[in-house]
Amino acid sequence: MESWIERQRNILDFTLSSLLRRKGKNAALISVYTLVVFMLASVVFFIHSIKKEASIILQDAPEMVVQRMVAGRHDLIPIRYMEKIREIRGVSSVRGRLWGYYYDPIAGANYTLIVPEDPQLVMGKIAIGEGVSRTRLVFKGDALEFRAYDGSIIHLEIKDIISSESELVSSDLVLIPEEDFRRLFGGSRDYATDITLKIKNSKEIPTVALKIAELFPDARVILRDEILRTYDAVFNWRGGMMIVILAGALLAFIIFAWDKASGLSLEERREIGILKAIGWETSDVILMKFWEGLAVSLSSFLSGILLAYAHVFFTSSALFEPALKGWGVLYPNFKLIPFIDFSQIATLFFLTVVPYTVATIIPSWRAATIDPDSVMRA
Amino acid sequence: MRKSNIFLLGIMIQGFLLLLLFVHAAYTEKAAGPVLEEKREMVKRLELTDLCLFTEASYTRHLSQADLHTPFQSYPLSLEHFPSGSILQPPAMLKRMNGKLD
Repeated sequence: MESWIERQRNILDFTLSSLLRRKGKNAALISVYTLVVFMLASVVFFIHSIKKEASIILQDAPEMVVQRMVAGRHDLIPIRYMEKIREIRGVSSVRGRLWGYYYDPIAGANYTLIVPEDPQLVMGKIAIGEGVSRTRLVFKGDALEFRAYDGSIIHLEIKDIISSESELVSSDLVLIPEEDFRRLFGGSRDYATDITLKIKNSKEIPTVALKIAELFPDARVILRDEILRTYDAVFNWRGGMMIVILAGALLAFIIFAWDKASGLSLEERREIGILKAIGWETSDVILMKFWEGLAVSLSSFLSGILLAYAHVFFTSSALFEPALKGWGVLYPNFKLIPFIDFSQIATLFFLTVVPYTVATIIPSWRAATIDPDSVMRA
Repeated sequence: MRKSNIFLLGIMIQGFLLLLLFVHAAYTEKAAGPVLEEKREMVKRLELTDLCLFTEASYTRHLSQADLHTPFQSYPLSLEHFPSGSILQPPAMLKRMNGKLD
């Protein structure tokens, strides 16, 4: 056993010396390899963590949302719909939600205005998300002005800033009392933005949804399961940028593999010829190439994973931020919780290390089985 | 020092750091419990439906509340032009609910 280990270490010593002889080429190879693993791992870590966090925090989203559609668009829903919905067996509570968007021309940002069921929020007072506070440089006690539907200016005092810990759901929120909401947007008190429902027994949700669809053909029903599935599907591997990144990584690996599988350089073939001439067995040469592939791919893999983790969880995916931010002004400052598990690392390992190591061995086996004399004379 | 020793030491250090990542992840996940609970409570209290990730357009801000035709909401030939539209996929339920309109 000891002699086996010593043999491996001797071959590894020789392999590393051989790699160091072609420093520049191998350093470039390791850098690109690390970058590919880094990109892939960053995407995997980011997507998995955001999906997991969404699935946890949206578990308490409304069980059912009923919206009215007019000419194919979401429209205000009459409050009277609530009376009929309340009569449906299984419905435990019905509430008309008031919410909307407000474009702030000073910040160039869209806010989400919501009327909460909070008795402490009295007329003239609002609570704002950390993103709104940061963008407009307004703080607790300051006043924020809004231009109402009729052109009048409404000043609302900031009573509270919503905790920065919850920016992922609250960055652009403005919590506003109902009176101020109606002053700002006008509209009749007989209408709400949409209706939310609580159902006694979750098994009855599809039946209730069906009854609502029958009662109100102009309404659409959004279930909590669908909200949760939305966030499971939006970052699907087939989606836009994801496929671009995955395709880029795949192409890079095809180039790597092609470079290796298409044969060794003259220098490498000559080295193998000399080794065989001085008594190395074919198996020794293959072992050397195995160690070479492993040394390059394992060190690149581990570096790529470590860098990706630091990127996603310590720098809040700084490299992805411009893509995620888009044209949005109010981008939340959030730190993802590292929901990582062994299967993600194993998948990345089998996608990156194994193909490269295998691609290194095949051409070496071909070179190692030919006559050393002809290789050296080539 | 033999080159193989230096290499193996390097790999062992990287492997150790990888293990530390798992420890860090487990610790952070546990420590984030109250924060997650706070977010859940806020979602419940305010009846929120979406994450505040893409604020550039209403239909990217509230993905689960979007309509299938929202990219064309400005006018019929207004094609989807927001950058986040290239990252996201439309929710599957939209296709189901809007099937009759197509």
